[in-house]
Amino acid sequence: MSERPVAGDKGFEPRIVAFFCNWCTYTAADLAGTARMAYAPNVRIIRLMCSGRLDPQFVLAAFRHGADGVLIGGCHPGDCHYQEGNYKALRRYLLLKRLLREMGIEEERLRLVWISASEGDRVQKVANEFTETIRRLGPLRLAPRPGMIRLPAAAQPEPQPAAREGVLP
Amino acid sequence: MRAHEIYPNGGPRIGVYVCHCGFNIAGKVNVREVVEFAKTLPFVVVAREYKFMCSDPGQEMIREDVREHRLDRVVVAACSPSLHEATFRRALEQAGQNPFFFQMVNIREHVSWVTEDPREATEKAKALVAAAVRRVIFHEPLQRRRVPVKDRVLVVGGGIAGIHAALTLADAGKHVYLVEREPTIGGHMAMFDKTFPTLDCAACILTPKMSQVAAHPNITLWTYSEVIQVEGFVGNFRVRVRRKPRYVIEELCVGCLQCIDACVYKDARFPDEFNLGLGKRKPIYIPFPQATPRVVLIDPETCIWFKTGKCKQTCLEACERAAIDFKQQERIEEIEVGAIILATGFKTFDARRIPEYGYGKYPNVYTALEVERLVNASGPTGGEVRLRDGRIPKRVGIIHCVGSRDERFNRYCSRVCCMYSLKLAHLIKERTGAEVYNFYIDMRTPGKGYEEFYDRLLQEGVHFIRGRVAEVTDWAITPDEEGKLIIRVEDTLVGAVRRIPVDMVVLAVGLEPQPDADEVRRMFNISCSKEGFFLERHPKLAPVSTFTDGIFLAGACQGPKDIPDSVAQAGAAAAEALALIDKGFVELEPNTAYIVEALCSGCKTCIGLCPYNAISFDEARMIAVINEALCKGCGTCVAACPSGAARQHLFEDAQIFQEIEGVLAYV
Repeated sequence: MSERPVAGDKGFEPRIVAFFCNWCTYTAADLAGTARMAYAPNVRIIRLMCSGRLDPQFVLAAFRHGADGVLIGGCHPGDCHYQEGNYKALRRYLLLKRLLREMGIEEERLRLVWISASEGDRVQKVANEFTETIRRLGPLRLAPRPGMIRLPAAAQPEPQPAAREGVLP
Repeated sequence: MRAHEIYPNGGPRIGVYVCHCGFNIAGKVNVREVVEFAKTLPFVVVAREYKFMCSDPGQEMIREDVREHRLDRVVVAACSPSLHEATFRRALEQAGQNPFFFQMVNIREHVSWVTEDPREATEKAKALVAAAVRRVIFHEPLQRRRVPVKDRVLVVGGGIAGIHAALTLADAGKHVYLVEREPTIGGHMAMFDKTFPTLDCAACILTPKMSQVAAHPNITLWTYSEVIQVEGFVGNFRVRVRRKPRYVIEELCVGCLQCIDACVYKDARFPDEFNLGLGKRKPIYIPFPQATPRVVLIDPETCIWFKTGKCKQTCLEACERAAIDFKQQERIEEIEVGAIILATGFKTFDARRIPEYGYGKYPNVYTALEVERLVNASGPTGGEVRLRDGRIPKRVGIIHCVGSRDERFNRYCSRVCCMYSLKLAHLIKERTGAEVYNFYIDMRTPGKGYEEFYDRLLQEGVHFIRGRVAEVTDWAITPDEEGKLIIRVEDTLVGAVRRIPVDMVVLAVGLEPQPDADEVRRMFNISCSKEGFFLERHPKLAPVSTFTDGIFLAGACQGPKDIPDSVAQAGAAAAEALALIDKGFVELEPNTAYIVEALCSGCKTCIGLCPYNAISFDEARMIAVINEALCKGCGTCVAACPSGAARQHLFEDAQIFQEIEGVLAYV
């Protein structure tokens, strides 16, 4: 694993993984781009179809692999493209907060935000705020792991999905 | 373990393509460095850069490489997947590869456009490319699902946009349901007398289209009706429409209007909604003479029978066709459509919110829409511009940008007010010979023939004073001002505060979203922009589409728009809807969830989570079963499955874990 080079001597640069839903928050991040609203480069966005797809393990994996903070973005309550996936995300978020506390990880390292597709400015604001929060908290200092790719199929045999329609041979 | 040990046959062969997007990306991100970095990533066979990857030569580069280097995975680092994911998937398909062996990296919207420091931008781009390369290894070949599409379209809103969209589709042979909330179609345009800049009469353009709608065999017109529920998805929407009772049987009424004459109220005495309260109507009425459908309705709020239960019901006797039915109930209709066009229009800004302009306080302060009714030949005054006290105004002031371009209310320009103010100035001057003053911030007259119209008004001797009006007052300080309304304004061209006494003030109110736009967008599962207008999928590439496939936008519900633009957009929305339903099927993204049967423990956790009831329990095998046709691919069940049996195509755990590790570590 190569350490992420830091421009100049700015000291600790937080690494933040953001899980954004396709319909609201990811689109808002696109809008922030279109409107050239610069924000902290520390935030790395991973697209999910819905915040409801957020498996708590994604958050834990992010911390384990060196994230100092994790951001979850979904549609505002009542606005979910899939009706209520964001409520499921909220449940898991609250659970995760407790879990993190148990593990000695500061709760503030995980944040859930509702950002609609038109709120590009909010993406900017949240990204900057959250980066500052994490900067203040300092590095998480979980032991860094080598980022080796765990390879599919041949490397790690796992149960194959049953034959299903719509999959090419 | 090294890659070649795991994959004796060489493993996946990945091509990485980094787009410059002109200077959009290359101006910030060191593209060369990203390419060189990509070459060091495992399984990457080729990595290239190009000015515009989405262009034909760019796509050809990918196709050639796929064939030549036998690539089976492609990563393109360029713009947002919402823009060009489909483009590159198609390129893969054309090269004979499965289109889902593809991952897009958003290094424009999410990197170059939002990062100040080029070094940081380049590092972020590298991390995202690393993540995508790791992710794409785990991609699987997939096939799009084909779903049949209903051959019918719902158009919501019967203003000019909805009418035009409905007629276009109906003429193409498709069945259209046109649902309008008001008792008649026509919308705001039906209220206008003339249209700018040609000054052709609104009714002459609109009413023939309205009657075409009523007569068209392919259009089911439901006025006085509202959509109350929308279910389903692109190609297969199930919609429930509430048809409010008009207490008149639509099929029987021929619009002879004898019932109105017969009403026990000898005089019309209730404020008439269509004339914005400037005229009066009876409890049984027709909104305006050309109303479509030409069917009367009874307003239960004002009808004596509904209020007291005692009335001679003279209307009932007068109707030769027995069309009046006091017992009529609301009806709920259920329809199935393949596409939906929203053309729900706008409302005008409530001028009471600016108390200093005196609307609602001084009777001679009017909104522009009210003046539209006053100058209208079929309006309450028969087209004569008369004040409430019957006088004909000698001096008229038109105040622009009321509620628009104002930090306190709406920052945006409502686009139509300058032009309709010019039109009203012309009409008022023509009808009354009054001196007309326009108070403007900037004149905005872009459009075919618009600037010429402005010139014409200047020639006609209409006065233009540049400055935002401070207040409208009746406090006279000179004898000239007695009995008049005084407009106080800083004339920014003269550099002095002026007081202009007038008899009539016209407020050029801006356009706002409908008050229930938020409820409507929730019902249709679409988004609103900040101001509350419906959000288009992309301002340039998909201006009439929404983020929900199969739902399109037309007219001012998407943003302030004049008639030509509304009609143009309605035509575009109709064409999009036609393209969708005419094909007979729609291809859906194969991002559905599925169950790995061997892993399912039958705990049923997923079943209650699915918002679409797509998961059922197979009692015989004691496992969950997902109905792919119902699954919309949110992945909520996948995230909840404790045994990892529920999975999602295109968003497999393995893929996302790789992405997480990738953004955090380069290799």
